[in-house]
Amino acid sequence: MTKRISATNLSRRKFIVGSAAAGGGLALGFNLPFMGAAEAATAAKAGTEINAWVVVKPNDTCVIRIARSEMGQGTETGLAQLVAEELECDWKKVAVEWVTPGQNLARKRIWGDMATGGSRGIRGSQDYVRRGGAAARMMLVQAAADQWKVPAGELTVADGVITHAASKRRTTYGRVAAAAAKLTPPDPKSIKLKDPKDWKIAGRPIKRLDTAMKLNGSLVYAIDLKLPGMLHAAVKASPVFGGKLVSYDESKISGMPGVRRVVKVHDNAVAVVADTWWHAKSALAALPIVWDEGSGASQSSAIIAERLREGLTATNEPFASWQDGGDALKTIAGAAKKVEAIYATPFLAHATMEPNNCTAKVTADSAEVWVPTQSAEAALAVTSEESGLPLGKCEVHKHVLGGGFGRRGGTQDYTRQAVAIAKQFPGVPVKLIWSREEDMAHDFYRPISQCKLSAGLDESGKLVGMHIRVSGQSINALLNPAGIKEGKDMRQLQGLWKEPGDAQFGYTVPNLLVEYAMRNTHVPVGPWRGVNTNQNGVYLECFMDEVARAAGKDPLEFRRELMAKHPKHLAVLNAAAEKAEYGKPLPAGVYRGIAQFMGYASYSAAVAEVSVSGEGKVKVHRMVLAIDCGHAVNPQQIAAQVEGSVVYGLSATFYGECTVANGCMRESNFHNYQLLRLAEMPRVETVIVPSYDFWGGVGEPTISVVAPAVMNAVYAATGKPVQSLPLKNLKLV
Amino acid sequence: MAKLNINGKVRDVQVEAETPLLWVIREQVGLTGTKYGCGVAQCGACSVHLNGEVVRSCSIAVGSVKATDKIVTIEGLSATSAHPVQRAWAELDVPQCGYCQSGQIMAAAALLRRKPKPTDADIDEAMTNICRCGTYQRIRAAVHMAAGMAEKA
Repeated sequence: MTKRISATNLSRRKFIVGSAAAGGGLALGFNLPFMGAAEAATAAKAGTEINAWVVVKPNDTCVIRIARSEMGQGTETGLAQLVAEELECDWKKVAVEWVTPGQNLARKRIWGDMATGGSRGIRGSQDYVRRGGAAARMMLVQAAADQWKVPAGELTVADGVITHAASKRRTTYGRVAAAAAKLTPPDPKSIKLKDPKDWKIAGRPIKRLDTAMKLNGSLVYAIDLKLPGMLHAAVKASPVFGGKLVSYDESKISGMPGVRRVVKVHDNAVAVVADTWWHAKSALAALPIVWDEGSGASQSSAIIAERLREGLTATNEPFASWQDGGDALKTIAGAAKKVEAIYATPFLAHATMEPNNCTAKVTADSAEVWVPTQSAEAALAVTSEESGLPLGKCEVHKHVLGGGFGRRGGTQDYTRQAVAIAKQFPGVPVKLIWSREEDMAHDFYRPISQCKLSAGLDESGKLVGMHIRVSGQSINALLNPAGIKEGKDMRQLQGLWKEPGDAQFGYTVPNLLVEYAMRNTHVPVGPWRGVNTNQNGVYLECFMDEVARAAGKDPLEFRRELMAKHPKHLAVLNAAAEKAEYGKPLPAGVYRGIAQFMGYASYSAAVAEVSVSGEGKVKVHRMVLAIDCGHAVNPQQIAAQVEGSVVYGLSATFYGECTVANGCMRESNFHNYQLLRLAEMPRVETVIVPSYDFWGGVGEPTISVVAPAVMNAVYAATGKPVQSLPLKNLKLV
Repeated sequence: MAKLNINGKVRDVQVEAETPLLWVIREQVGLTGTKYGCGVAQCGACSVHLNGEVVRSCSIAVGSVKATDKIVTIEGLSATSAHPVQRAWAELDVPQCGYCQSGQIMAAAALLRRKPKPTDADIDEAMTNICRCGTYQRIRAAVHMAAGMAEKA
């Protein structure tokens, strides 16, 4: 059995001692040469830190430290597998422990980047966590060699047992840990990592480490936290984005049960603090509030759509763009046959199952938060800024997230609110929970966009030119202005990029022009699982089917002809087609759609089998998805992510839409922001085709092919291209 | 003031009658395995058993629950996570983030009590809880597996 140790068990003081002794550097752990008697006693109980990643207990349990956040994607298990693989420990005796950003800061960011997004958990940390595991193994083996006075090279190690065959001596990690911790760590650069072909723990479909607690209600999510004397807060921000709080009438609710106080939260929100959250929420609902709605109140979905539409044909502005070959526009204009289409995708909410929440406790000289966060270091920064205390006086206790999907990354707006509320109650922990309605009203939504595509074909049906113009909102404009160069934001063209390696356009088109026209709105936007690959995947892959049809070619064959110079894209497309038996006839009334796309350094493809009823109701029967993520650390978890990506993608395909009226979002809860349910779940088959020469992401990439594969199947069924989402708004037959 | 029988234990709670059962379970009783997801009986994260039937506790006023009614939460489903549904869920590694899974498990357990050998159509009809991570394929397989386990037991 594996055992979890809470982050709070880590001795804060121990880490500060460690940092004083450490010289810096991100890659590897340090031993603690200056550890005093008290720290040593604590360490003996908690285990011996071999380096930053590995703690060994006297009973041979290896505690592996995890710096990234776990939100269901399985990164915790995958990272532990990678460390354990190099450590050569007994997987049955592995436990994990969360690192806090305060500890990371105190040790000069020894655990590296803690942010968990962009499908980077494994691919962004695999190298240094494997080196951490290997270095710990080398130190443990060296300690045994020193004890036995034999060369380390004569020892073998497996499952945490060190053996000297010649003298028939054996020992375990637990027994040599204390001596190992005193050794000088090896130079991380000198460490030779295993060839993945020799992996025994990584690369295998091992079960997750965190399942048991999710089956009996014992896992404490941040929303479940109980602290002595804790108060509860419910918050409401101006429903119109950008609006301000003018006033509220506390006297109307001050007699309500459990109510303590009403507090202003920044300049745009108000919170009721009470003995329970239900009291706080009920009182907030009864609180008269006056808002200054501001200029956003005039905005609507129709006005926003109009603004985006203008961007599709605008000229003379600094478009983010790239081109290939000659003049695409001229070529298309002069082509024998021309295909043109305009596509559109809406704003979407993340709708994590666990609503945003954060518990904060602020005193004169400390600030702590307990929070579901994808970016613990951003939460630390926000806690420091909002409390006015230096970073070293702040700490973030990470909890397993009840879903993240990009909502709980760098913005940490709910953490900032919680600290702002708690500092008005010095020394008292205050738990802020957003209602589902607040969560729907104040997301950082998936950006809205439209896309105009045109293509030219010659007499033989060969593609001679293509123009793609995306018009829509920029995430960087709101959250990362530095990512915009001279007014150009290439990020919104994710998946349509020229450069290989991350999110490359997978076709060779003789004359190609790809452009993005930035058209921002008053609605806050942010990364939404898959970010811009989802929308751009719909635009390119659905249009490809339209062009294939105009060329009189099968959509798969048409794509293959354009992919000779993109062998990895092509191999994944072929893998999906083969598994789905693409050429084989389907039952009457069932139609196929195919799509491929690249994102997060991984290649994805999907085949959907779909029927459309006489009333236009779409049923997805089966989906086959293929992914090349380079190395497959846990095939079972990759399959789980792919299955989940189908649900995320299908929710968006069928139902997903946040619409603006009078400056605020209309959709308020799951009755009008529907999500896919089990009855609508197709059979999903996952094909993992790792090519073992790169590290790609897994959590996000396959979503991008779900919607276009289904839309293309609907097109095949009805003969009419599907050019906007969600399907619920369309009359398909 | 209300008397509630939760997981076989009778408890007195000091609370207004209109308070949803969910928040009494979470805040007064302190059992937090039952989750808040929507508050409008849409998502099922708050599912508990009331006299053996699965209900959405966010939309039941505590005042309508009698002292003789038997409430079972995820914490009371089995003392050792040995309920066939929990075992099947573990076997197939169903949860991702896990937040909805208390509700999913309670819904599945109630389904199996009513229909020990459910068909896919029965599962479609009964398992209407939302999972945002998208574990539905494994939930379906695990319900079938749990039915098999219960049969053998």
